[in-house]
Amino acid sequence: MGKISSWDWETGQKTVVDSLSPLEGHGWQEEPYVSPDGETVAAIVQVGEGEFSIRTNNTVWENTFEKIWYPRFSPDGRLTAICQQDMEWVLAVDGEPLGETTDYIWDTMFSEDGSAISTMYKSMERYGMCLNGEPWEELYENVTTPALSKDGVHTAGVAQVESMGAADLDAFKRGVYTVVIDGKPWTTRFLNAWGPSFNDAGDKVAVQARVTVYENTIAVNDKPWAQTFNQVWEPTFSPIDDSVAAPVRQSGKWGVARDGALIWEPRYQQCLELTHSRDGKKLWAIVSPEYGLFTAACDNAPWEQTFPTVTDLVVSPDGMRAGVLASTYSTDFHIVVDGTPWPDTYDMVWPVVFSEDSKNVAAMVEKNGKRRILVNGKPFERDFDQAWPPVFSEDGTKVLIRAIENNSYVRIVAEVAQF
Amino acid sequence: MSHIADRIISDVGLESGVASLTPEKIEAVVTRVLKGETGAKLKVYKETCMRCGLCSQGCHFYMSHDQDPSYSPVSKATETMYELIDKKGKVSPERIYQMAQIAFTECNLCKRCAHYCPVGIDIAYVMITVRRICYLLDVVPQYIRDTAHSHSSTMNQMWVKDDEWIDSLQWQEDEARDEFPGLRIPLDKEGADVYYSVIGPEPKFRTQLIYQAAAIMNAAGIDWTMPSHPGWDNSDMCMYVGDWENMGRIKRAHYESAMKLRCKRIVMGECGHAFRSIYDMGNRWLGYKEMPIPVIHAIQFYWELIQDGKIKITHKYEKPVTIQDPCNIIRGRGLMDKLRDVVHFLCDEVVEMTPNREHNYCCCAGGGVINCGPPFKNTRMTGNRVKAEQLKNTGVKDIVIPCHNCHGGIEDIIGYYDLGMHGHFIGDIIYELMEKPEV
Repeated sequence: MGKISSWDWETGQKTVVDSLSPLEGHGWQEEPYVSPDGETVAAIVQVGEGEFSIRTNNTVWENTFEKIWYPRFSPDGRLTAICQQDMEWVLAVDGEPLGETTDYIWDTMFSEDGSAISTMYKSMERYGMCLNGEPWEELYENVTTPALSKDGVHTAGVAQVESMGAADLDAFKRGVYTVVIDGKPWTTRFLNAWGPSFNDAGDKVAVQARVTVYENTIAVNDKPWAQTFNQVWEPTFSPIDDSVAAPVRQSGKWGVARDGALIWEPRYQQCLELTHSRDGKKLWAIVSPEYGLFTAACDNAPWEQTFPTVTDLVVSPDGMRAGVLASTYSTDFHIVVDGTPWPDTYDMVWPVVFSEDSKNVAAMVEKNGKRRILVNGKPFERDFDQAWPPVFSEDGTKVLIRAIENNSYVRIVAEVAQF
Repeated sequence: MSHIADRIISDVGLESGVASLTPEKIEAVVTRVLKGETGAKLKVYKETCMRCGLCSQGCHFYMSHDQDPSYSPVSKATETMYELIDKKGKVSPERIYQMAQIAFTECNLCKRCAHYCPVGIDIAYVMITVRRICYLLDVVPQYIRDTAHSHSSTMNQMWVKDDEWIDSLQWQEDEARDEFPGLRIPLDKEGADVYYSVIGPEPKFRTQLIYQAAAIMNAAGIDWTMPSHPGWDNSDMCMYVGDWENMGRIKRAHYESAMKLRCKRIVMGECGHAFRSIYDMGNRWLGYKEMPIPVIHAIQFYWELIQDGKIKITHKYEKPVTIQDPCNIIRGRGLMDKLRDVVHFLCDEVVEMTPNREHNYCCCAGGGVINCGPPFKNTRMTGNRVKAEQLKNTGVKDIVIPCHNCHGGIEDIIGYYDLGMHGHFIGDIIYELMEKPEV
């Protein structure tokens, strides 16, 4: 597997697994996961009393474990799962352990191309991260909100670097948290820090930081902005110049600051999911222009139509378009693209997907218990019992549908023109 | 009539906070909150309050202290917010200590008094705004402040580390499989109908509740999941200390945890204050008029299971029970009928407390008061003698209590007043009565 262009894009349908009923001798089979290219469906299976493995299509991993959870396919198609053997945990990749076993691991993450895999890591009551099976050299009392750089070279998290006694308010106010990158801590301590994120090159990190009891800001590479705010949300690096933008709250309203200076004057009831376009020229977000009403905004210009709930902003590759999921408090979902809802409402919806040329938009929705694939608002010829989000071919002319119908797992390549 | 100055209790958080106060700082913070964070509602409350005292009998503290006017809701508002408004924040640090002790430990924000006010003043709103001022002045009782620190650091109220949460679920799944072969606590199951959420103490020291919930979900055939990531804790002590900013942060984490898993709705365990945070406070700070994803309380969920015939019990609970009506789900959300439908389905004999339903007395633990810790336990005990009398008068030994804080508060009262009673979650009773497979 690998780049999307190397996948099988011949138009038509292939039944990958004829019957998804548990294989003979298996006690039970858990919910299915599919590979990005749609060639493999996998599920945890109970192969004996207290003995588990993973079924992939009609074969089963040779190794068995006492417990398995969090099966996830990497972008390059390898199947990972968190496995326990002899009361110790390890990440299994295609059935084989990656690194040494330890007391606990969780939160598997992948680099953009899937070549690097990280997990959270615990050993002897000390915490850190593990990259490709190698734990940090220095571990901490606790580590939260892990991140992996896009190139898979660097890992980061928020660590507690000083112990606190029970209900020790003074220690908390002094600040016992900082950002740790590849196991090495920043020097600045924070009362709290949340969600470190890397720039595209992986050599800079920005984080939400609580610098006093009442002041929050963004810290970049160990240096907090000089300006502080009532609250801040997730920062995002500009692909152009590595400047950092983040939603900030001031006097009860939300705006956006870049490198500490306001670029969107606070006027919103809320501002979430701030996103730079791939070329860095556009800045998108979900905003609430009026209490209780949400929409998307590009460069501080909100779409006209608003909804009680809006989530899952996806910006097109050219940065000019966007899609969101809108609903009335998570009922009667709409797919909204470029400010206009597609026809019909749904019981559940998944984030939209743009073709590489930004011309076409696909999405998966659920209605009356059936999954449906839409392209530009139009449904595929039939619904499915279960499905996964669609994938465009690199030239944007075809869509890969991964679905279950009549207890079979099928892989369909459809022309966009079929919709 | 007593006065708050006569009953000051030593607390590290209050003392250290007051030690760093200056009159200028107090005035600045009070002005900032009154001008920047409050509006017509507070002004109308103050100007329409006739000081008639009809709210007094609504307060369990007042009733339990032999109708001492010092504990009357109107007195608490007068001694705190109304004074801050009248004096434009020009009060001494010592006075702030007294106000904080009143607001954090002598008012459970239970809203019972609002039912007795002829003009509908919501004293709980007034008192939580006093808490907000105290928080911004850094004058907050130590233990509840620490709980809020846990929330902002871990997204849960008990300093539960990320792996400990997952491990607790897997441990309970293992345990339950001995009794229910094949039972699962499905982690991160995308698209599940039900996202089940709990409060921090459950993985910490009430893991049997997770076990029981799993048993009920399993027996009822529910398509459900629990998350492996932070956001699983629905509770919210940031709300009760007045830290709105982190209330918003943890509530956002909770909603988004379920929404990213594409779950249809959140079913909450048997907690009251968390429900208030979700349907009332946290959602509105985030800018939502309602909850961004449907959230129902365990009572509603059990009621559905009963209506749909998904819970099958082998027999009814034979001993007589009484029902505790938790403030945040009864006065706050109107679940009194559903609660009774569920309890009557499960139990042979129900002896109502008097008063009951929306007029029931608070447990005196809610509103974060129990979270203020040991220094204020006696405040809760002496402040709710009326609850002890109410419980005793039922003549029964078993209490159905569908709220964590009520459990803590009532168990303390049972011990303090030697009532010889015992509290049960509804989940305890369902688990005890439900059909189980023979292993």
